[in-house]
Amino acid sequence: MHKLWPWKLELRGTPSRAMTYWSPLIAIVLTMLLGALLFIALGKDPLAGLKVFLIDPFNGKRAISELLLKSVPLILCALGLAVCFRANIWNIGAEGQFTVGALFSGAMLVFLDVPGHAIPGGLGLLLMVLVGIVGGAFWASITALLRDRFNANEILVSLMLTYVAQLLLMYAVNGPLKDPNGMNFPQSKVFSDEFMLPMLLSGTRLHIGFAVTLVLAVLMTVFMTRSFRGFSLMVGGVAPHAARYAGFSSRSALWVSLLISGGFAGLAGAFEIAGPIGQLLPSVSPGYGFAAIIVAFIGRLHPVGAVLGGLVMSLLYLGGELAQSRLGLPSAITGVFQGMLLFLLLASDTLINYRLRRKVRI
Amino acid sequence: MEQFASLIAASINAGTPLLLAALGLLINERAGVLNLGAEGMMLVAAIAGFAVGYSTHSPMLGFLAGALSGVLMAALFSWLALVLATNQVATGLALSIFGAGLSAFLGQSLVGLGLPAQTMGIPLLKDIPFFGPALFQQHWMSYLALLLCGAIAWFIYRTRAGLVLRAIGESPESAHALGYPVRWIRFAALLFGGACCGLAGAYLSLVYTPMWVEGLVSGRGWIALALTAFATWRPLRVLLGALLFGGVTILQFYLQGMGVNIPSQVLSMAPYVATIVVLALISRNPDWIRLNMPASLGKPFKPDAS
Repeated sequence: MHKLWPWKLELRGTPSRAMTYWSPLIAIVLTMLLGALLFIALGKDPLAGLKVFLIDPFNGKRAISELLLKSVPLILCALGLAVCFRANIWNIGAEGQFTVGALFSGAMLVFLDVPGHAIPGGLGLLLMVLVGIVGGAFWASITALLRDRFNANEILVSLMLTYVAQLLLMYAVNGPLKDPNGMNFPQSKVFSDEFMLPMLLSGTRLHIGFAVTLVLAVLMTVFMTRSFRGFSLMVGGVAPHAARYAGFSSRSALWVSLLISGGFAGLAGAFEIAGPIGQLLPSVSPGYGFAAIIVAFIGRLHPVGAVLGGLVMSLLYLGGELAQSRLGLPSAITGVFQGMLLFLLLASDTLINYRLRRKVRI
Repeated sequence: MEQFASLIAASINAGTPLLLAALGLLINERAGVLNLGAEGMMLVAAIAGFAVGYSTHSPMLGFLAGALSGVLMAALFSWLALVLATNQVATGLALSIFGAGLSAFLGQSLVGLGLPAQTMGIPLLKDIPFFGPALFQQHWMSYLALLLCGAIAWFIYRTRAGLVLRAIGESPESAHALGYPVRWIRFAALLFGGACCGLAGAYLSLVYTPMWVEGLVSGRGWIALALTAFATWRPLRVLLGALLFGGVTILQFYLQGMGVNIPSQVLSMAPYVATIVVLALISRNPDWIRLNMPASLGKPFKPDAS
C-alpha cells in the first residue's frame, strides 16, 4: 500500500485559512484535468475540448456578454443560498423558487402587456420584478412555514416544492397563460419590447439585471459582514447553542434566510423572463437553482465569492452549449462537470482541516 | 371490483421502485449515514439498466447493470463521506447533481427507444379471481422487493450483524471502542444501499416506463428518502409507505381516466404534495422523531480525529 499511495492525511492544529481560498481553485483545476480525461475517453482532442470550455467563452464582446448574462441567475440564486447555508438552513429548492418567480412575473406581463395598456413600460417592469421577488419568497415561505410549524425537513420539502413549481408552470403555459396564437405550443405570448429589461451593452443581450446583481452582491456583503441581523444569522448556523444563549431567535433566522433566498431566486426568474427569454416557457431554467448550490459553495458562502463562482459556473454552461455545436457532444456534459466540480470541491475542502504528509517508511 | 384489483396491481407496480430504494436507504441510515444522492444513483442506474437491457435484450442483465452502477455511485459517495469525512448533506447533493448530469449525458442517444413489455405474473396464482390480477401479475422484481423487505426486517431485528449495524447508527464511538470497524461497516451499508437504489432505478426504465427520458426518476429518490422518515426507520412500515405512495401516484391516472375535471398537471402534483403533507404530519412531534431516528444520522465519524 505504501507504494500505491505514499500520502496520508494528518490533522492540522488549526484549520487552514489559506486553504479555504485555495480549495475552490484546486477543485476547478482538477475538474478541468478530469474533463480533459473525459474528452480523451470520448475520443475528442482534450485541448480542443478545454479550449471550448475555457477560451471560447471569452472570444469577443458577444461571447463575454453572454458569459455575464448567464451568470446573472446563477449569482442571484447563490447570493440567497449563501445566506441560507450560513444559517444552516438547507434550502435546496432555489430551482422551484426561481420557477415560481418566473411564473409570477410572466403572469404579470401577460396581464400588463395588452394592446392599449395603460401602464408605461418602466412601471410595468418594476411591478413585474416585484411580483417575481414576491413569488420566489412566497414559495420559500412554504418551506419556512412547514419547518417552523411542523418541524418538517427543509431539504425534502423545498425539493418536493420544486417539482410542484415545475408542474404549476406547465399548467400555466398549457392553460391560463397560453398564447392563443401560439399554434398550440405550451408557452405564453412573446412580450413586447417595452416590457423587456433595458440593455447594458448595445448589440448584445446583456441586460441591466447584471448591474443590479453586482449591486446586490455588494449589499449582501454589507448585510452579512456588517449588520447585526447578518451576524446573528451566522452565529445561529455555526453555533446554535451560543446563538440561543445570546438570544438570537432561530425561528427568525429560518424565516429571514429563506425569504431572502426565495426573493433572490424569484428575482432571477423575473430577470430571465424579461431578459433573454422574453416569454414564459416550460423550460425557463436549465437547472440554475441547483447549479447555484455549487456556486454558493465554490464562493465560500460569501457574496463576492458567489459572483466569482457564478462566472465559473456560467463558463461551464456556455462550454456545454459550445461543446454541443463544435464537438458534437450532448450539452448535458455541463451537468457532468457541475457534479465533478462539487465532488472535487468537497474533497479539496478536506485540506482545510488536514494536510497531506508523506508516509514515513518503517 | 375489477377496477379495484387493477388499482392495487398498479399501486404495487408504482410502489416497487420506492420500496427498493427506501429499503436501501434504510440500511444506510440505520448505519448512521444520510445519503441524499438516492435520486442521482437511481438516475444513473436507470440509464445503465436501460442501455444494457436494450442492447442485450436481457432485463436480467439490465438489472445487474443498474445495481452495479448504483454500487459504483455509492462507492464514490463513500470515499468522500467516510474517508474524507465530508459533510454528508453536501456530498449527497453532489451525487444527485452529478447523477442527473451524467444520466442526461449518457442517455441522450437513447431517448425515444422503447423496450418490449415483459411477461409478468406467477403462473396459476395469477388466474385466481380478483387476487390474481391484483397481486400476482407483477414483475418478478416486485416479489423480490417484498422478500428483501422481510429479509431486512429479520436482519435488523434478529441477527447479531443487524444489532451491530444499529449500534453503529446510534453511537459509532461506542461501536468503535468495542472494536467494530465502523467505517467498513458503513461502507458495506452504503454499497448495499447503492445496489438497492440501482435496482429501483433500473426497474423504472426497464419495467415501469419502460424507456428513457431525461429526469426519468422525477423525484422518486427524494420520496424514498422521505419514506424512511415516514416509516420511522422500520422496514415493514417502509413497505406500507411505498404502497401508499405508489397508490397516490396511480390515483392521478385513475382520476384522469374517470374524467375528473382537474388539469393533468395539478393531478401530477399529488405524489409531491402528499410527500410534503406526510412529512409535515410525522415531523410534527419532534420527540417522536428524535426517539426513532438513528442518533448519529448524518454525522461524520473519523476514528483518528477527536
